[in-house]
Amino acid sequence: MLVFIIRRLLQSALVVAVMSVLVFVGIYLIGDPLAILASPEASEIDREEIARALGLDRPLWEQYMTFIGSAFVGEFGKSFVFGQPAMGLILERMPATLELAITATLMAFFIGVPLGVYAGLRHESAGAQAIMAGSILGFSLPNFWVGLMLIMIFAVQLGWMPASGRGPTTEVFGLQLSIFSAKGWHHILLPAITLALSKCALIIRLARATAREVMLMDYVKFARAKGLSERRVIGVHILKNIMVPVATVTGLELGALIAFAVITETIFSWPGMGKLLIDSITQLDRPVIVAYLIVVVFMLVAINLVVDILYSVLDPRVRLGGAQ
Amino acid sequence: MSQTGTTQTAAPAAAAVSETPLLRIWREFAESKLALFGLGLFIVSLLAALLAPWIVPQNPYDLATLDIMDSRMPPGSLSGDNMVFLLGSDGQGRDMLSAMLYGLRISLFVGVVAVGLALAIGAVAGIAAAYIGGRTDTVIMRIVDIQLSFPAILVALILLAVLGNGVDKVIIALVTVQWAYFARTARGAALVERNKEYVEAARCLGLKRPRILLRHLLPNCMPSLIVIGTVDIARSITLEATLSFLGLGVPVTEPSLGMLIANGFDYLLSGVYWISMFPGIALTIVIVAINLVGDRLRDVLNPRLKR
Repeated sequence: MLVFIIRRLLQSALVVAVMSVLVFVGIYLIGDPLAILASPEASEIDREEIARALGLDRPLWEQYMTFIGSAFVGEFGKSFVFGQPAMGLILERMPATLELAITATLMAFFIGVPLGVYAGLRHESAGAQAIMAGSILGFSLPNFWVGLMLIMIFAVQLGWMPASGRGPTTEVFGLQLSIFSAKGWHHILLPAITLALSKCALIIRLARATAREVMLMDYVKFARAKGLSERRVIGVHILKNIMVPVATVTGLELGALIAFAVITETIFSWPGMGKLLIDSITQLDRPVIVAYLIVVVFMLVAINLVVDILYSVLDPRVRLGGAQ
Repeated sequence: MSQTGTTQTAAPAAAAVSETPLLRIWREFAESKLALFGLGLFIVSLLAALLAPWIVPQNPYDLATLDIMDSRMPPGSLSGDNMVFLLGSDGQGRDMLSAMLYGLRISLFVGVVAVGLALAIGAVAGIAAAYIGGRTDTVIMRIVDIQLSFPAILVALILLAVLGNGVDKVIIALVTVQWAYFARTARGAALVERNKEYVEAARCLGLKRPRILLRHLLPNCMPSLIVIGTVDIARSITLEATLSFLGLGVPVTEPSLGMLIANGFDYLLSGVYWISMFPGIALTIVIVAINLVGDRLRDVLNPRLKR
């Protein structure tokens, strides 16, 4: 078991290392930051001065070594635009993104599972058909367009919800969060629904497919034969067995959701790290792009690692397969 | 004799006694009214996109025909030279319907070409991995695993930030993020197929490896590849629209549907809804149509569900 975990940890470290090279070289190729940073009237000497101050005059590999050296002590260079440490900027905006992504995940989960289980158990009924048709639509609707249409209906036409921003935040355990005030909910609702929609469709389909499989299992038949109430059969025996795959997928999708928040945040001007990424790409703010990617790669690798380890704890077949 | 060759020559003879595989697939496909509806919808959008230059009231790329006085006209209003803006006009005074059909052309083109290329690359990589095995398999599949653990949108976003705007660049980005799906599927299918007798027979005949891979294994892996390929066209179109919406996709001079929606975003808060709404509806219709077809194909071509 320990060997398996160590092996997976090493693999993950390798992935992070390879990604850091790819990201660094890739980002290095993006445009010329000097063209944006220096004013058009700046003289050649001024430009060289700026390049030297930012370390842009040195060869690529030297820049990479400096980057790696400082990355190990948690230093990712200063943002060209803000003049603040890039990692600080990212971490400062991370709670907003995580709050949005987790709210969306929970929404998708608590709406998707009951609908999916219902569609699975009564798969011939009109309700189930409607749910499945709805899930195809949820899949197909372009996510960013849904966001725009929600703004159009609820913010512009009806005026019920604010179109952008995060609203007032409350400090909880040192984090600034908006879900603890009514005004905050007002702001988070539209972006969270936008983000949750396609995940909800995915969870509905998964829960339905699993429910249909589990329903036919012997232990469910036995529970029924024992004379247990339908509520107990569904609530305990079926639901419990659906939870493993559904919870796994929901967890794994959290990473994708954080990445996808880039779009939702741009539409709703949500001050998270995704919006920061898009702004940094347009302004060629390399240190921030690199810091963002390193953070996200780290999060994704960590999520995958945790899921893998949990799986191998639960299912010995996976562990044996990995050790071969 | 290759596998495809035998099926082709054997087909007419077999048709006399029973239907050909293609006919059977079509018959089963057509049993679902919803899937037929999706197919019809897709063919209509395809035709609309192909024939756009002949059916639109205005060439949206010809700046000479645009009049800034006509900008942001609501649906149904008349332009300066008495043309009806059925779906309104955009910020430059372009007829929305014309701009949408031209946008649809670009969206479909990008989606179909990207999926075609990704399918070709992924299929070859996946089948080679399964057939050759050993280290080749490990290396290819490790790359696939790593790539699939990163969200497609993020990889494409960064690639386009590096490459810059352009239809060709969007296609490169889409192929890069999508080939891995096909590689994984092709490998799965090929692992099953490679132990079958016809492959052994081909090997005994002393055929060269590339020939066995491409003429024998590939055609038999096609059903599963076609299923993901169909759904993947929808995914590509959405991804392209999303990237263009963020300003990292197609150039401003060739607006796809995603770009049109992005253009409308600027006017949305002042109540000008049609610039964003109609291209979005068009996009949704195309994607729903493709997904309906793909869903049905999955049922029909899935050997596990065969009756």
